[in-house]
Amino acid sequence: MSGIPHDHYEPKTGIERWLHRRLPIVGLLYDTLMIPTPKNLNWWWIWGIVLAFCLVLQIATGIVLAMHYTPHVDLAFASVEHIMRNVNGGYMLRYLHANGASLFFLAVYIHIFRGLYYGSYKAPREVTWIIGMLIYLCMMGTAFMGYVLPWGQMSFWGATVITGLFGAIPGIGPDIQTWLLGGPAVDNATLNRFFSLHYLLPFVIAALVIVHIWAFHHTGNNNPTGIEVRRTSKEEAERDTLPFWPYFVIKDLFAMALILVVFFAIVGFMPNYLGHPDNYIEANALATPAHIVPEWYFLPFYAILRAFTADVWLVQLVSFVTFGIIDAKFFGVIAMFGAIIVMALVPWLDTSRVRSGRYRPQFKWWFWIFAVNFVVLTWAGAMPAEGIYPYISLVGAAYWFAYFLVILPLLGVIEKPEPMPATIEEDFNDHYGPKAHPAE
Amino acid sequence: MSHADDHAGTRRDFLYYATAGAGAVAAGAAGWTLINQMNPSADVQALASIQVDVSSVTEGTQLTVKWLGKPVFIRRRTQEEIDTARADDGATMIDPNSQNANKPGTNSDDINRSLDEAGEWLVQIGVCTHLGCVPIGDGAGDFGGWFCPCHGSHYDTSGRIRRGPAPENMHVPVAEFVNETTIQLG
Repeated sequence: MSGIPHDHYEPKTGIERWLHRRLPIVGLLYDTLMIPTPKNLNWWWIWGIVLAFCLVLQIATGIVLAMHYTPHVDLAFASVEHIMRNVNGGYMLRYLHANGASLFFLAVYIHIFRGLYYGSYKAPREVTWIIGMLIYLCMMGTAFMGYVLPWGQMSFWGATVITGLFGAIPGIGPDIQTWLLGGPAVDNATLNRFFSLHYLLPFVIAALVIVHIWAFHHTGNNNPTGIEVRRTSKEEAERDTLPFWPYFVIKDLFAMALILVVFFAIVGFMPNYLGHPDNYIEANALATPAHIVPEWYFLPFYAILRAFTADVWLVQLVSFVTFGIIDAKFFGVIAMFGAIIVMALVPWLDTSRVRSGRYRPQFKWWFWIFAVNFVVLTWAGAMPAEGIYPYISLVGAAYWFAYFLVILPLLGVIEKPEPMPATIEEDFNDHYGPKAHPAE
Repeated sequence: MSHADDHAGTRRDFLYYATAGAGAVAAGAAGWTLINQMNPSADVQALASIQVDVSSVTEGTQLTVKWLGKPVFIRRRTQEEIDTARADDGATMIDPNSQNANKPGTNSDDINRSLDEAGEWLVQIGVCTHLGCVPIGDGAGDFGGWFCPCHGSHYDTSGRIRRGPAPENMHVPVAEFVNETTIQLG
């Protein structure tokens, strides 16, 4: 499967040979698990395993929660309380599922930012990146619909606001919104279909994850230097790599053990810290909570959505040029989805031929500003849309787009990269070799 | 093997196109069924018209009823609210349309927003035209009308958007007095 030369599976016993001639599944698993992996991978490369764990955790807890949940407007809220109070261990399953979503998004954001820093999206790994972005979109859809299911106030009003985004599309928007909701407003039909889709999408994600892994197993992993593994011979490749099992599996599992300590501390001792108290009030179509906030992992994009109000000159210009078809509301929606689209297009927007940010002195600065900006947007998205906050969101949104549309295309032209090691082996010896750590 | 020169109009071509065409029609018909099932069902559509008893609504108070899954504000305005709204008719409006389903195409003057000539009864769908939250009433916001807590849209005493991200005035639904104390919605 991999383009890197390595030993393949050889069936040894009679039964192995019998199976291998009919279905080479053991060979497929062997080659997947034993893939040659650059031996200089640092700790930023552990989040893929965490993500795989999260997907399994969410599907496992989700399937058992669905055995006790009722997707009906009169019963949904009560059935969640039933899970919390009556179902054996139900409170734990629900808290694991709710906080599992947060761990999932934390991991995916670090995973994405690792890719952005080390240039993992660059040729020949564009397809891996695009599939990753599709997974991220599916995750957002799944998480959004899952949050509606408990049928609390935030569930209901979050669903109203987010489906309202589709209503902002000129002309056909209201019809699309009605179609999505199954009625003039969020109601039983909406809850039912969201439950159905919330159950479906994780399996779509699982399928995409397999394609994601397939794609980067074909190109080989990126690594902190961005230099490719030598492929001219198996001997050279082996000096740059180690097999995924056991070297990286054990490393990843060690990191995950530490992460799970924190995760279970949150699940056990502060399970509602990342939630909103308003969602323990049953949904009420006649009263909006004073302050509607999405879950934390949507906040950066929520901030971008809210940043473009009618008094921003760019919004006024676009509105004037399009004869009012693109108003402030639709502009905000375009900006929010556009923020993800420009990120998905980064393989073609970044003009630098140097893959890793480690050897790009100017890029480093812009990247860390981008990372801080992401945190600022998250914070601004949680604040009320008054006073200074919309302005902060606007500056943050502007930097987001400038990073992808101006800075990355220009940096590739004007930046002078630093010297790079010739091989992964050289980089590895510099960092972990006998000089850095004298032998005991 | 190649028949590049005489490939036009053979029976086999016809069969290809006919099969592909029939397949496309069948896939489209099946696909549409799967899409259309998500549109509002018959029982949802059946609740399109209701009657509301407004005899208990006194001056300066508001009744909120649920219609088509959305709140409808029925406000009996004070003379002061009416005067404020009419005095502001000349101000620059974000949305110059009355958004009144009973008077389509009229401008946003207060007279075109209220249910009666005197302007006492203001009936509107209590949904912010930004992203669908329910605005807070009873003189909230900088213009003494309604204020949407989600993204900070301010509506005046006529339900017109005056500041904030909402693009339109609050919509006035099809409504009429069927007798002295009953308003029919839809």
